[in-house]
Amino acid sequence: MSHTIPYDAVVIGVSAGGLAALNRVLPALVQPHFIPVLVVQHLSPESESYLPVHLDLRCTLHVKEAEDKEPLETGTVYLAPPNYHLMVEMDRALALSTEARVNYSRPSIDVLFETAAEVFCHKLVGVILTGANADGAKGLARIKAFGGLTVVQAPETALADAMPRAAMEAVAVDHVLPLEEIGPFLNALMCDTR
Amino acid sequence: MENERLEIHLLLEAIYLKYGYDFRRYAATHTKRRLEHRRKMADFSNFSQMQHRVIHDTDFFETLLLDLSINVTEMFRDPWFYKRVREVVFPYLKTYPFAKIWHAGCSAGQEVYSMGIFLEEEGMGDRVQIYATDFNELILQKAKDGIYSMDLIREYTANYQKAGGRRSFSDYYTADYESVIMKRSLKEKVLFSSHNLVTDGAFGEMNVIFCRNVLIYFNRELQDRVLTLFLDSLCPGGFLCLGSKESLKFSGVAHRLEIVSEREKIYRKKRV
Repeated sequence: MSHTIPYDAVVIGVSAGGLAALNRVLPALVQPHFIPVLVVQHLSPESESYLPVHLDLRCTLHVKEAEDKEPLETGTVYLAPPNYHLMVEMDRALALSTEARVNYSRPSIDVLFETAAEVFCHKLVGVILTGANADGAKGLARIKAFGGLTVVQAPETALADAMPRAAMEAVAVDHVLPLEEIGPFLNALMCDTR
Repeated sequence: MENERLEIHLLLEAIYLKYGYDFRRYAATHTKRRLEHRRKMADFSNFSQMQHRVIHDTDFFETLLLDLSINVTEMFRDPWFYKRVREVVFPYLKTYPFAKIWHAGCSAGQEVYSMGIFLEEEGMGDRVQIYATDFNELILQKAKDGIYSMDLIREYTANYQKAGGRRSFSDYYTADYESVIMKRSLKEKVLFSSHNLVTDGAFGEMNVIFCRNVLIYFNRELQDRVLTLFLDSLCPGGFLCLGSKESLKFSGVAHRLEIVSEREKIYRKKRV
């Protein structure tokens, strides 16, 4: 049962090159009762919400767009909707916000990572994938400060390496992994009963 | 961590007791982020220090009040929403000789003028009374002024066209170099007033209520209180329009409203 899993949630931040990266990582998550996965992918404000539908078809886990006040469920991947910040509330429900852009981005990876870190503390896994900016670096540092596990895509395997590199500069990252190893690594965490 | 939560709790209590603004049932994470933003800007090392300043310095409180209200909005925000309003709400409004519309939490007025423009285009300008309320007097004054910066207007114009606007957007404002002012006829139809959804009561017999991207800042309990207030303020069959990511799914009043348009979050009060 889930109490043997050392983590309660995974947060993933991804920007330029994100669709290909998510297509690689998310379908690889196949463990039943996988802990909730929260994803911020930078998107243009007008983009249609085809991404959750597309990913849902390819994944074992259920992939959907995050809704305000939605309680977290296992086996589910929540994607931040375009033009809204995604946050985690104290009662572990999801929250959306239209407040100003952070790092020129809404949704911002830092906003998700920072709020999730405070709620899940050391029981959180933070993952930074490909991207051409520095969003997420501060948030990953926050996860580390709360004792959570930090994972970054190896820059040489990223379509855009700025975001992984910025994260590695800000944090003594626990694991730097090539893209294709990230999914299997997260899966293995689900069986880990330290 | 626990201490910090305690300090925030006391700070919000102090704000309520001293100034009457009640943020105690706002979404906690959101409120904390906004307070933290001001705490860092003003260089306080903790919220207890900031509380002392809030109690003794009214100007500082006013600044904090602006921090706590999110005023990010646009004219014709989510153009497809306005398109849908035109399709499903206007035919209903036209069945009334006179109708009342309430923009609750109107911020700086962008959505109020958006609706005003469509009412004019539908030839309903003289058959509607628009009420626009916000708890923040400074923002409400901005809404009354109806002055927006020129660089925003480009974005608003694009939205207006996507929403199915029928004229040139520039017909609705007068421009100078850096800003535009909305046409007088649009302003005259609106009654702006101060109203706090958290502490004030129901508001007339409305045909349509707009409250977009306000409820996401409330916790579930407060959200239900406000939704009940809306239900009490709507006539039977009246419309409630929420922000595009604000679902009634997780609220306690879903059974009292029917869904008119899922994606656009347009609901209708059931006739019991």
